[in-house]
Amino acid sequence: MTERQVVMARGDGRPGGGGWIAAGRCQLLSLGGLVVAAAGLLVLCVLALVPVRVGLGVLPAAARRLRRLADRQRLLAVTWSGVAVGPSEPPAVGDPERSARGPATLLGSEGFWRDLRWALLEPWVGGTLVVLPLTLLYYGLFGLLVQPFIWRRIDDGNWYAFIHVHSTGAMLASAALGLAFLGAGLRLAPRALAWHARWTRRALTAPYTSQLERRITQLTDTRAEALDAQAAELRRIERDLHDGAQARLVSLGMTLDDATRLLDTDPAAARTLLLQVRATSERALQDLRELVHGIHPPVLADRGLGDAVRSLALDSFLDVHVTVGLPGRLPPPVESAGYFALGELLANAGKHAGAAEVWIDLRHTEGALRITVTDDGHGGADPARGSGLRGIERRLSSFDGTLALHSPQGGPTTATLEIPCASFLPKTSSSSGTG
Amino acid sequence: MRVVLAEDQFLLRDWLIRTLRDHGCEVVAAVDNSPALRKALREEQMDLAVLDIRLPPSYTDEGLQAALHARRERPGLPVLILSQYVDQLYAQELLAGGQGAVGYLLKDRVTNTAQFMDAARTVAAGGTVMDPEVIAKLLARSEARGTTADLTPREHEVLRLMAEGRSNTAIMSTLHISESAVAKHTTSIFGKLGIEASADDNRRVLAVLAYLKR
Repeated sequence: MTERQVVMARGDGRPGGGGWIAAGRCQLLSLGGLVVAAAGLLVLCVLALVPVRVGLGVLPAAARRLRRLADRQRLLAVTWSGVAVGPSEPPAVGDPERSARGPATLLGSEGFWRDLRWALLEPWVGGTLVVLPLTLLYYGLFGLLVQPFIWRRIDDGNWYAFIHVHSTGAMLASAALGLAFLGAGLRLAPRALAWHARWTRRALTAPYTSQLERRITQLTDTRAEALDAQAAELRRIERDLHDGAQARLVSLGMTLDDATRLLDTDPAAARTLLLQVRATSERALQDLRELVHGIHPPVLADRGLGDAVRSLALDSFLDVHVTVGLPGRLPPPVESAGYFALGELLANAGKHAGAAEVWIDLRHTEGALRITVTDDGHGGADPARGSGLRGIERRLSSFDGTLALHSPQGGPTTATLEIPCASFLPKTSSSSGTG
Repeated sequence: MRVVLAEDQFLLRDWLIRTLRDHGCEVVAAVDNSPALRKALREEQMDLAVLDIRLPPSYTDEGLQAALHARRERPGLPVLILSQYVDQLYAQELLAGGQGAVGYLLKDRVTNTAQFMDAARTVAAGGTVMDPEVIAKLLARSEARGTTADLTPREHEVLRLMAEGRSNTAIMSTLHISESAVAKHTTSIFGKLGIEASADDNRRVLAVLAYLKR
């Protein structure tokens, strides 16, 4: 997903740039084609060595190198020509050093073979495309800048294209022709660049069916995760009720029974028991309140995400500044996911980062809820280490949501949550604007 | 004392009506939904409104909204909010005008009749009553931030009861200390926290709450 965001961010969509710039880019691509070809040949050699076991160890590294080249080409296509190329498949090898099945999975991965096919064809197809304008350009420059100075020193066999250069008149004609070639080359260069980007897209984008397959796999995974999370949540609620409110109500019944029996014989003791009943009932209510808050905070139900976050800020021991730019209520599942993720991030800021101040910003941009949390703590947060951050990512994944964390050592930490959601519900809450 | 009551649960509404009547109040209107509440707040002459936050038809925060609206129309209208849960944001909104004459209690508290009637009278007299749970959270926050670090444990207890809106008499009986001891503690607390001491009990609660909210 991040790749696509990069693409969206970098794609300024100015096809080709100016003629000279485009020509320079064509030149770079033609040289890059050689590197790509070399990488492709390297992978081929490694593949040839697979039967004798030598290649197996080297294959993942070679494939990764190829993937990096392919990804760079994707980036160039979008930055130079505004052509978005589909994201690379997730590398089939998670950690080749540790995974013994690495090379085998690699050989079964469609993305790997697509990379290889592209690497072997790029010098021919891509190369031809970018060399066309370059040829015109260089030949034009030769006619315009070199011919006029050397034609006298060359004897009869001096031809420039179809002009036999043996007189000043012919020299001038060849210079004019050179200028025309130059112009044609410069005009062609941006187009060739765009063709090249399109060829890159064709070569490197997975076919629609495999994109669908990938999406289905992802949906199956996130659905399973969502169901697991839901089941775990229900188990937790059941346990909390069983050990909390339910147990207290049972003891309440027993105490009432005792009190009833003592009413005639020992009113004072009965009175003590009844006071105990009241205390127990208060505690049972307290349990239920906490449980309800854990399921769905009432303020979130009443007022929506903005005010619920303000309430969270008031509860927090840190200095929390909240800015809300939401035009209305979001769908309840999105509100809930955002709220609990934020609660987790706030707790992290206090617990692990040692922050004193936190800035929370809620926005709705480009069909997504975006929550930014910045704290002044000492940074160094790592989603791979914190189970809480993992939990947030899992929770967001069922919405196709993302969590981006920027937390250098020494801080500050910025976490950006995005949850795609297009629709708004009609506004019912009256926001009071207290921060 | 004339009281307007809004509570959608029949049992609790009935219990509140009986309790208020037993203590010499006149319930001039008892309603169970938000449109009726808004009408009652507009039209009735009352010394106190006792309201549930969640009311039909939409079961969100209409009770609170109606109270805030009525207090904008009639500043200082005494309102005692009862709710299944307390939320700092709602507490802050009720306190926002700084007018006092507000109470915010968990419904559980009404089971202690004496304390409930105490709160009702305090609010009707222009005082401020906050649920112990609201205050506990505020105090925990102040403690974590070190803004009440200079206080002795005993002064902490007195501060908590003051913030809840309890009178000196109530503080005396809760902590089993003499009236002069309460006065000594409150003076010391105001000195340490740098709050302007006020002879008026109502202003005192608001000042303490404002300090804790910082």
